[in-house]
Amino acid sequence: MTPGQARTEKLLWQPASVVAIEPRTPTVKSFFFRLAHPLSFVPGQHMDVRLTAPDGYEAQRSYSIASAPERTDCLELAIELLQDGEVSPFFYATVAVGDEIELRGPIGGHFMWSADDGGPLLLVGGGSGVVPLACMLRHRAARSSTIPVALVYSARTAADLIFGDELRVQRARRDGFHFIPTLTRETNPLPGFRIGRIDAPLLSDALALLPAPPKIVFVCGANAFVETAADTLLGLGISPATIRTERYGG
Amino acid sequence: MATRGFSGPSRSARAEQSGRLPPGQFVTTDFPVLSAGPTPHIAREDWRFTLQVGPRQIKSWSWGDFIRLPITKATPDIHCVTKWSKFDTSWEGVSIQDLLADAALEPPTAFTLAHSFDGYSTNVPVKDLLGGRGMIAIAYDGKPIAPEHGGPARLLVPHLYFWKSAKWVKGLQFTERDEAGFWELRGYHMYGDPWQEQRYSGD
Repeated sequence: MTPGQARTEKLLWQPASVVAIEPRTPTVKSFFFRLAHPLSFVPGQHMDVRLTAPDGYEAQRSYSIASAPERTDCLELAIELLQDGEVSPFFYATVAVGDEIELRGPIGGHFMWSADDGGPLLLVGGGSGVVPLACMLRHRAARSSTIPVALVYSARTAADLIFGDELRVQRARRDGFHFIPTLTRETNPLPGFRIGRIDAPLLSDALALLPAPPKIVFVCGANAFVETAADTLLGLGISPATIRTERYGG
Repeated sequence: MATRGFSGPSRSARAEQSGRLPPGQFVTTDFPVLSAGPTPHIAREDWRFTLQVGPRQIKSWSWGDFIRLPITKATPDIHCVTKWSKFDTSWEGVSIQDLLADAALEPPTAFTLAHSFDGYSTNVPVKDLLGGRGMIAIAYDGKPIAPEHGGPARLLVPHLYFWKSAKWVKGLQFTERDEAGFWELRGYHMYGDPWQEQRYSGD
């Protein structure tokens, strides 16, 4: 979907059955849904989720789609538990395989990428901000694409890396994908990991792994993380028009 | 369709919010930042606000000129399409009405497109800007607006979803037709009334 193609038909809510639930990290679980009406989407897009109480009260939230569009059997959303939240605690405490949850989408017309858009790409994710970026990477793998991509992924500890094993497997294929995880609450050096928050040297190293300046940079995470990453990249000479941001939470 | 096991907030929590919360929204006391790209930093000496009719410039204000215009205060609730709402947000700025009066301009069309320093744009009908419904805000909570929240100045049209309150606004252009802006070209609703839950095209 390119800008200018305004969609006119209404995005409808549809029931989706939970077919599996898989813990990813101590605070993130993947929920796999079979949709009543399967849809096509572009990596980076998200789904709106709606919970309805018997008296009609509604709670809605948005979650980035984690599964590649090539995966047609189900749709995966990776949901992080927010202690003071209204919707994520419900998913953790109550939602079970077999339950029906209303979803609507796909939503989002800017923070999205498909292999047809080309590269190189720089992806920068903080915490659960990696989810839409992982979707882009899963799609890239499904298309056997060798478009150069560098993913900088900042998490607290090694246990907090969502899809960590999968990303390491992708890195081992040596097909143009570079994976630079950095851990902010780990003090002991771990092979294959950087230690500390993202900064100019780290982002500069990531850029150096690409054969050319990135065509697009996608940054996703909490707002403070995104601001730091975006400002640092601007300082490294990346043009503002190249950078697309998706900001979670505050 | 009721979701198994979901009962929503307590009765007292609902009573507090009743009537003030549009469908599908939740109340936050934070002030989340959502933007499509990096935060631009605009120095006041570089800031200008320009009023246009089509391609024709009618009037342009420097920051110094702008802050000498009548200042209006408002404390509206605001509603973001990403589902959060924030009550009683305090803003100061120049109402669109006062802006047009200073330019001695009667609205020549029914539609406007607001333009921002980073290339962002959004459309707002003239009727939604007049009568105190819209302002160019220069202060939030009694202080200059932080760059992350759209400072030095942003459009404020609180009765519509907050993507219509263009951050880093640099001008308002009257257009012959209702022209889709940045998000409207990318699947979001042309008008954006939170009370009719007009989030996406076709809603």
